[in-house]
Amino acid sequence: MYRIVHKETVAPQVDAMIVDAPYIARHHQAGNFVVLRIHEKGERIPLTIADSDKKEGTITLLFQKIGKTTEELGTLKAGQSIMDIAGPLGHATPIEIYGHCVLVGGGIGSATLFPILRALKARKNKITVILGARTQDLLVWEDRFREYADTVLLTTDDGSSGRKGLVTEALKEVLDSAKVKIVIAVGPIRMMQAVSEQTRPYKVRTLVSLNPVMVEGTGMCGACRVSVSGKTRFACIEGPEFDGHEVDFQELASRLGFYRSEEAQAMEAFRKKCKGKCRSKGVK
Amino acid sequence: MRARDPKIRSTDFKEVALGLTEKQAVKEARRCLQCKKPKCVAGCPVEIDIPAFISYLRDTDFSGSLRVLRKYNMLPAVCGRVCPQENQCQGSCVLQRKGSPIAIGALERFVADYEMKKGITEKAEREKPNGHRVAVIGSGPAGLTAAADLAKFGYEVTIFEALHEAGGVLVYGIPEFRLPKKIIQREIEFVKSLGVTITLNWVVGRTQTVEELFSEGYESIFIGVGAGTPQYMNIPGANLNNVYFASEFLTRVNLMKADQFPKYDTPVKKAKKVAVIGGGNVAMDAARTAQRLGAKKVYIVYRRSEAEMPARLEEIEHAQEEGIKFEFLTSPKEILGDERGYVKGLRCDRMVLCEPDASGRRRPECSGEDFVLHVDQVIMAIGQTSNPILVKSVKGLDLWGAGYIVTDNEGRTNLPGIFAGGDISTGAATVISAMGAGKRAARSIHEYIMDTSSRTSPQKALSKR
Repeated sequence: MYRIVHKETVAPQVDAMIVDAPYIARHHQAGNFVVLRIHEKGERIPLTIADSDKKEGTITLLFQKIGKTTEELGTLKAGQSIMDIAGPLGHATPIEIYGHCVLVGGGIGSATLFPILRALKARKNKITVILGARTQDLLVWEDRFREYADTVLLTTDDGSSGRKGLVTEALKEVLDSAKVKIVIAVGPIRMMQAVSEQTRPYKVRTLVSLNPVMVEGTGMCGACRVSVSGKTRFACIEGPEFDGHEVDFQELASRLGFYRSEEAQAMEAFRKKCKGKCRSKGVK
Repeated sequence: MRARDPKIRSTDFKEVALGLTEKQAVKEARRCLQCKKPKCVAGCPVEIDIPAFISYLRDTDFSGSLRVLRKYNMLPAVCGRVCPQENQCQGSCVLQRKGSPIAIGALERFVADYEMKKGITEKAEREKPNGHRVAVIGSGPAGLTAAADLAKFGYEVTIFEALHEAGGVLVYGIPEFRLPKKIIQREIEFVKSLGVTITLNWVVGRTQTVEELFSEGYESIFIGVGAGTPQYMNIPGANLNNVYFASEFLTRVNLMKADQFPKYDTPVKKAKKVAVIGGGNVAMDAARTAQRLGAKKVYIVYRRSEAEMPARLEEIEHAQEEGIKFEFLTSPKEILGDERGYVKGLRCDRMVLCEPDASGRRRPECSGEDFVLHVDQVIMAIGQTSNPILVKSVKGLDLWGAGYIVTDNEGRTNLPGIFAGGDISTGAATVISAMGAGKRAARSIHEYIMDTSSRTSPQKALSKR
């Protein structure tokens, strides 16, 4: 059992949770994820580790309540426990002395960029962070990013914060004005694809963190397979980060939608069962 | 052995084979000739004293019989169900020549189940705790056996398991209808009763490294992580929706209980027509599982002929009885998809058999004729290979082939204090051979730790590399 030390709502439908997991915290490197199962009837879902405190022995998980499992996870409070957490899994982000790095985050995917930002900054890289969201409320951890990044650019679809528009437009300006060595993008598939297309003509190395369906997360089932450079790769043990210029995003999007009807069915059953009561507070 | 009616059993997940009644078991045991030089023992990978356990059974001394079995085999209820007896003990029985070998597997199962039915718990003999600690990585057949034997020698043993449930391939791979989960649970309880601790959700190599285990005071480590990574078939369409690896399909159902979705949260896609590619036990399991999930038509697509099929005879027979359709001499070459990226068919070549290949089986070759199986789901069951997470995390460990650990027959690796056995050293094989390897490695570990003179500190050895 993994005890929840702290929990808070950081944006509408987005919760952050600090969980006791000393061994995972000790080995956590930027880019790693965990697989968790809430209870014995639960499914196993991957979540990127958004932060860790090696001294306290805790990890921070950030999740958007978009399905039954994340919705249910959101009902848990500090003091309660998650039954199973395994990790840290996946390759760490390659942290080197690059020079100028651009980190692009979309929606809550941004939060998972945070450990990458911190690790890159520790190697004295110059970092521009571009955060994009539909609206201001969905921009998470802006203050944390400002603490480590050299520049933070915000974009929102509705112009409620930063500039109105897409992250790719802000990215293009950075690419035009500076010698960028690497771009790392985390967020919705369409956004990661757009970022990769944006950097392609500039020939800038672009890493994207993929989030395919996973079951066990340790290379045993192949649920998470993705096509990269025409080859099949397992995101859990060979990723989750891949060269954005080589990823078959269309296939990934199609595979991610495979269980959509079951997801809806599970969500409906869950909501019916708890009659609205089990939705956590602070959610609009 | 008695089995449930194929029409009924193919709609649920309850165990198919019913086992022998007491009367049948004793009668069968009395048919045994009690050979002076028993060939069955030589045919058994762990050399169980088969005539001895059968001899107790003849005298209806069931606990005496079980004592003999347990001495050689930690998991008799499992092996009685999943061993390919026709190639091992039963295949070697002198009565085989007359076409009626002793049903050794069924007898083994009877004895193990009898204990469970009667609620008798055999107290295993255990040496006094010797104060030495050993870590076992992986809780499948190899790990459970090594752990149990080491505990009996007096060691303090911890098993580290990556998944949320112990049992390895026995829980995520083999379906309930072939090996009920309560049987595995009982065997695991027995291992725990010897004082073995099982730590779940522990991905050694990631959660903790082998070096750290040594520095925490484990004096030796046994690696029994199996060969669980599915082999990929590089044909067009292999990543379409509704193409599963058997590993994923079976994990969803066996480990995550997706057949009970939405009571359990993990879903699995139920299809109308399914093609399973492969001819081993995993292919049989996947095909029969698909049928139990409601498929109207299930094909096994195998590129050689029935004679070359590697699956256990009983599984092939059971699958046939349940109406699984076998397409022999059929080699898939393309999975066809619709405009939404979902499977709509499997294009296959018809094959003919030529000269035997390196494996001794006749090699299939294209006849030049192809056809399409109209299916909406394809399951690939063409084998498993080594998982890189742990083996790559141990610096200096000698590997062979696709990442298997090099060991001698006693489970020693090239690194002091590190032992390995089962599929991770041999490549995919059987439950019983993994158990045999676990047993031999436990003996080697015992020798290694006791033989202080030949022993260098593992930390020192690791820092030297």
